[in-house]
Amino acid sequence: MTTNNARPLFLNLYQIRLQVSGLLSITHRATGMLLALTLPALILLLEQSLSGVDGFNASRALLQSPLGKAGLFFALWALFHHLMAGIRYLLIDMGVGVERPAFRVSALLVLLAAPIIANHVVGNYL
Amino acid sequence: MSQGASGLRAWLLQRATALYLAGYAVYLLLFFILTPPRDYGAWIAWIDNPLHAVGLMLFLGALLLHVWVGFRDVLLDYVPLFPLRLALLALLGFGLAACGFWALRIIMAPLLI
Repeated sequence: MTTNNARPLFLNLYQIRLQVSGLLSITHRATGMLLALTLPALILLLEQSLSGVDGFNASRALLQSPLGKAGLFFALWALFHHLMAGIRYLLIDMGVGVERPAFRVSALLVLLAAPIIANHVVGNYL
Repeated sequence: MSQGASGLRAWLLQRATALYLAGYAVYLLLFFILTPPRDYGAWIAWIDNPLHAVGLMLFLGALLLHVWVGFRDVLLDYVPLFPLRLALLALLGFGLAACGFWALRIIMAPLLI
């Protein structure tokens, strides 16, 4: 095992110009971390909603408040983004959509669809 | 050898858990959209069903494994300083274990009454 330490290293984030598929890749990681960090809040909400009638009503009121709706919108955006990008990666693993233009179009589709679906869910079903 | 095997296992684990997480997340979303529990009684009755509780516990387990593999990959990629990386990995592990036991206690509680 020899490693070549003279390989060029270019990590200037302000000068790297990502393609849409690269943007989807990095945001798949970012949304995954974000969702992981919401886990304690979700468990807290579950605990409160199951603690009794008052707790249930308080949880529902929180989710229906403007702050709760905003939080839910961003959490669902992250969830749909991560979910759909993940399904895209599973399909690519199986050899579906590996070539351009499907590779790029599907990435763009995921990027655009996630906030739209999240907004639809929060707007219509709460 | 063991390094390579562990990498492949993590890769496979990430995809296997992803399948269950995706299916269950969609089920949970449809449940809350189509038949949301109207009051506390309906909500506790839902989780009191062993089928629902066990499905949720499996979701919890798959989620913790998925987050462990995914977050670990990010830390391995972006935290080159070994002591810091080790500390963050330990924090992640303990944090996920704590979340797991905490949630398990909450899900189990209605079943034990």
